[in-house]
Amino acid sequence: MIKKKTSIELKKLNKRFGNITAVNDVSLEILENDFFTILGPSGCGKSTILRLIAGLEAQDSGTIIINDEDCSSVLANERPVNMVFQSYALFPHLSVRDNIEFGLKLKKISGDEIKIRVEEILELVKMVGYDLKLPSELSGGQRQRVALARAIVNKPQIVLLDEPLSALDANLRMEMQQELVNIQRNLKMTFMLVTHDQDEALSISSKIAIMENGKIIETNTATNMYEYPSKKFSAEFLGRINIIEGVSSVIDNQIVFNSDTFGKINLERNIKLPKDGVLGIRPEKIIIETEINKQKNRVSMNGIITNWTYYGDMSYITIELVNETKVYINVQNIHRNSLQELNIGKNLYASFDVNDLIILEK
Amino acid sequence: MSARMRHFTPINYTKNSALKLITLVFLIILYLPIINLIVFSFNDSKRNIVWRGFTSKYYEKLFENEMLFVAFSNSITIAIISTIISTFLGLTTAIALWKFNFYLKKYYDIALLFPIIIPEICMGISMLVFFSYISWPNFQLWPLSLSSIIIAHVSFIFPFVAIIIRARLSMLNSEILEAGQDLGANRYQVVRKIIVPFVNPALVASFLLAFTLSLDDFVVTFFTSGPNSVTLPVKIYSMVRFGVSPEINAISTLLILIIIICTYFAIKFLSKSNRELMK
Repeated sequence: MIKKKTSIELKKLNKRFGNITAVNDVSLEILENDFFTILGPSGCGKSTILRLIAGLEAQDSGTIIINDEDCSSVLANERPVNMVFQSYALFPHLSVRDNIEFGLKLKKISGDEIKIRVEEILELVKMVGYDLKLPSELSGGQRQRVALARAIVNKPQIVLLDEPLSALDANLRMEMQQELVNIQRNLKMTFMLVTHDQDEALSISSKIAIMENGKIIETNTATNMYEYPSKKFSAEFLGRINIIEGVSSVIDNQIVFNSDTFGKINLERNIKLPKDGVLGIRPEKIIIETEINKQKNRVSMNGIITNWTYYGDMSYITIELVNETKVYINVQNIHRNSLQELNIGKNLYASFDVNDLIILEK
Repeated sequence: MSARMRHFTPINYTKNSALKLITLVFLIILYLPIINLIVFSFNDSKRNIVWRGFTSKYYEKLFENEMLFVAFSNSITIAIISTIISTFLGLTTAIALWKFNFYLKKYYDIALLFPIIIPEICMGISMLVFFSYISWPNFQLWPLSLSSIIIAHVSFIFPFVAIIIRARLSMLNSEILEAGQDLGANRYQVVRKIIVPFVNPALVASFLLAFTLSLDDFVVTFFTSGPNSVTLPVKIYSMVRFGVSPEINAISTLLILIIIICTYFAIKFLSKSNRELMK
């Protein structure tokens, strides 16, 4: 396989605002055609990284390399990146067409080519026929499309998206997520998005970086980030998880994890458990059963349902074990007439496969 | 409560007879003198007391009066030049106060209001004293002879412009400027392609407002004008000292007309600028 080209590389980037360290020693590498997402709670510094890349903020130290060129001290207007702002930041006095043409005209591109590119982009973002409207005449979703069009029409090295979907309602957001992915794939562009929405990050990104307090905690592909996270924070931030605390020891060349809640768990894999390591199991990996499961590799437990939240397609249930440990389980509501089995107070068994356990560093 | 409140909502105030009366009295006091002035400019009599039939001869007389014509052209020249300078100064001041932080900015903000709140008579006298103190030359040559009035006008008009434009600028989200930069505009292009077009309606409105302020100013002008630089309001004042003739009515009517037209367009541009921003 040919190694993909690096689109953006950040080296030891630092930025402080007064006493607050917004970006703390961040190094990242984003490959061409990636849909790279920085996911983190609000105020973790993820937007600052975008602003540093765009040149709207100057870093205290560190290097920003865009397309093999050191852009660390290049002015914002000369960087080959374009941004989609959270507030869209459309020029209120300009029509949709003038908004989209803005960057092209500054780059002294010929009138004919501007025309062709604007038509193409209007088609792509499904805004044909709206070109003469003012931003104040558009709905939130339409403004979003124009903001996106205005950025990608310039064919930048990388498109930066600062929580672009946060102002849209849930249905529209889902639709736009899908469109973003389609547009990114069609144009073969590099997209970099920041968000605090885990579902959004999982559904649209090819790679996810999890950020906390100005630091990138870990970077991985979207599926690996969910299925094989290595840090407790990222496992907990990206969806729900049951954490199993305990001590590991080696018995007969096998790692045995001795937990208070589940007793001895034989880890089949020959994996070195980190110091202070914990195990995690995702709620949907646990199934409920009527009797104890004695199959190889399965950990079975007995408990009482203490909570049941119904989501239509799914049920989120909590069972309490004999030792008062709470275990979260997600169940698909496959049959509507089996719902009464999830009544609160019902005693049942639940089990999971040890291969689904995630080993986490605290 | 709501039943009683209903009488006082702005939409149906006409249903309340007391409010109707107050409004009527108010309108009469406000507009009757002006209507009277305009009507009697067409009165065929030397004195403004009894209606003696329609004539437009006082308007014709105006155009034969060379002194009035000189005063009128002085006024227009002063208004145009001081409006252009005030608009430029007001725009740059508004941008500076909006975008940048500098030493003593807070006080500069208040100082900007001074020319507006200081009594005009004090402004006029201070200008008179100032010009004589620095011995500003008494130019004989035509547009230069108006220079002291222009300087005085600019000093009290540009704060109005700055305040109007700043109000508009405060609606410009700073992310919009960043978007401009991000799309490849340098600082100068951000001002020329985003800030100026954005404030344009306010710019036009304040231009027209500045024009009327300059055109009808009497007090400040009175103290800064010399024998070579008589403006229309100053000329009217000197004519009134010999009694109010229908000729004065006629010239005043023309002045009112010009100012009404300017103000009408100023308001139109301002409301357009607000409509554009409404979501």
